[in-house]
Amino acid sequence: MSDGHDAVVDNPGALKESSIAPVLQLRRVNVSFSGRVAVRDVSFDVAPNKITSLIGPSGSGKTTILRSLNRLHDLTKGAKVDGDLLLDGVDIYKGGIATMLLRSRIGMVFQRPNPFPTLSIYDNVVSGLRFNGVRKKSLLDEAAESALISAALWDSVSSRMKVHASTLSGGEQQRLCIARALAVEPEILLMDEPTSSLDPVSTQRIEELMTELKNRVTMVIVTHNMQQAARVSDDCAFLLMADDRAGELIEFGPTDKIFHDPSDSRTLDYVHGRFG
Amino acid sequence: MTDTLNSLPPDPIYDRREQIRAITAKTLRRRSRMSQLFTWTLSTSLVIALIPLALVLFTIVQRGGSDLSAAFVTKLPQVPTIGQQNAIGGIANAIIGTLIVAAMAAAMAVPLSLVLGLYLVEMDTRLSKIFRASVEILSGIPSILLGVFAYIFIVLPEHHFSAFAASVALALLMTPVITKAVETAIRGVPDTVTEAGLALGARRSVVARRVVLPAARPGIITGTLLALARAMGETAPLLLVIGATFSQTWDFNPFHAMSALPLLTYSYSGSAFPSQHRAAWGVALVLVLLVLILNLTSRFISARLNRKAQM
Repeated sequence: MSDGHDAVVDNPGALKESSIAPVLQLRRVNVSFSGRVAVRDVSFDVAPNKITSLIGPSGSGKTTILRSLNRLHDLTKGAKVDGDLLLDGVDIYKGGIATMLLRSRIGMVFQRPNPFPTLSIYDNVVSGLRFNGVRKKSLLDEAAESALISAALWDSVSSRMKVHASTLSGGEQQRLCIARALAVEPEILLMDEPTSSLDPVSTQRIEELMTELKNRVTMVIVTHNMQQAARVSDDCAFLLMADDRAGELIEFGPTDKIFHDPSDSRTLDYVHGRFG
Repeated sequence: MTDTLNSLPPDPIYDRREQIRAITAKTLRRRSRMSQLFTWTLSTSLVIALIPLALVLFTIVQRGGSDLSAAFVTKLPQVPTIGQQNAIGGIANAIIGTLIVAAMAAAMAVPLSLVLGLYLVEMDTRLSKIFRASVEILSGIPSILLGVFAYIFIVLPEHHFSAFAASVALALLMTPVITKAVETAIRGVPDTVTEAGLALGARRSVVARRVVLPAARPGIITGTLLALARAMGETAPLLLVIGATFSQTWDFNPFHAMSALPLLTYSYSGSAFPSQHRAAWGVALVLVLLVLILNLTSRFISARLNRKAQM
């Protein structure tokens, strides 16, 4: 798989013909809140069935970028997203796709496990499908089982699907949230520091899971943990906060290159823990 | 690579994805039709609901607008004479009276509501349940009865009408509203903030005063100003206790009778003089303007505090 990717990097013109055309394209994306620019001029591509990680110190706009990909900023008063954000070539902000449909194609896992507290495990997993109008029991069951298997949770919960989700441990709850996102069969999964509130063992399981999930979804993850980015991601975007507190993309490329042979000296300093 | 992809067996996940997308798209179409219907229904309802408001405002401005003048808001009222039927003077003492009574009421209601609201949030005792029930009952009492209360307990023992009695009645009217606003604002402060304060070894009272109340301030201020705007327009609680429905003095001793805009509107609208009768609209307009200013101020302040809180 990496061969195809390198070809694209070496020869950007090959993008069009290639069968691994990017699923998500960001072109000069700007995000501002009430006029204050939080992210400036960010452009990069997300390759299908790969993990793209966003790294950088606090305030560099990682989460802001992630949340612009499924239009979560729509809920924030005063938030404004400019530039082109293309999903399979269709601009997701300029009326190309209904927001609800977009969010069923681009799932999200949050920093803290947030299963719906009053619902059972089963109801949590199929909640997205039900919200989208799926009623057929066989389809719900099938999707739930598949998602729970993919989230490595099936073995431990298949016998107690009717139990409240709040009875699960933190790591299990996060995997339940991943299953819940997967059940809608998204093409892309956004993960906002998915392991930052978990213990090391749960973190390791989630990281293993991400690698396994690559054949099922494309992932974009935000992480503070550089080892995590190095371990799981294929591509990596490094962001920094400019003097006016706006986040800027310093460098984007294959994770290997970002971590071992970055073009920008600031990237090198950061991945070696010299600041941030 | 494309050929390899095509020769693979059908992918169950891909199939399911197609199925789910189809259902989602159908649901979305149904929902956007529903959404359009609802938007239309609601906007129609909004227009219908706004018609009375617009009519009231329009009528007041149309009929009262001509009364507005520097003299009207700065001079004392006059009783028209046969020779000078239109010499009704101004309403300055009623404007100041309204402001004084409202300010005194706020001075009583705000501290009480702060303490009550804080107590209702922080404590879960039998006493807090009694307080909560009392506040709720108080908010349901017809406002004229609050006037009766002030009449029996202040006016009768004192043997004369007073602005103070009026402000007590208004304070009773405002207290449940502000208490509710305080309670809601305090509940909106995240528990983690309170816990952070307690974890530094601070007493609960200190955390409440130094951390929780400041964080809740925007909500508290907005609630207070809205309650004040509401109270300023109240006629019934004042009716029995403030004494002067028509006064011609600059006497602003709070323990004497005082004039107030709502009552002046009331007395002018029943006046035998056509000029006073007309001026009732002018008084009403001044009252509406005062309340409007207060409302806008509260919106402005809350917007500013919210913006500051975000920084």
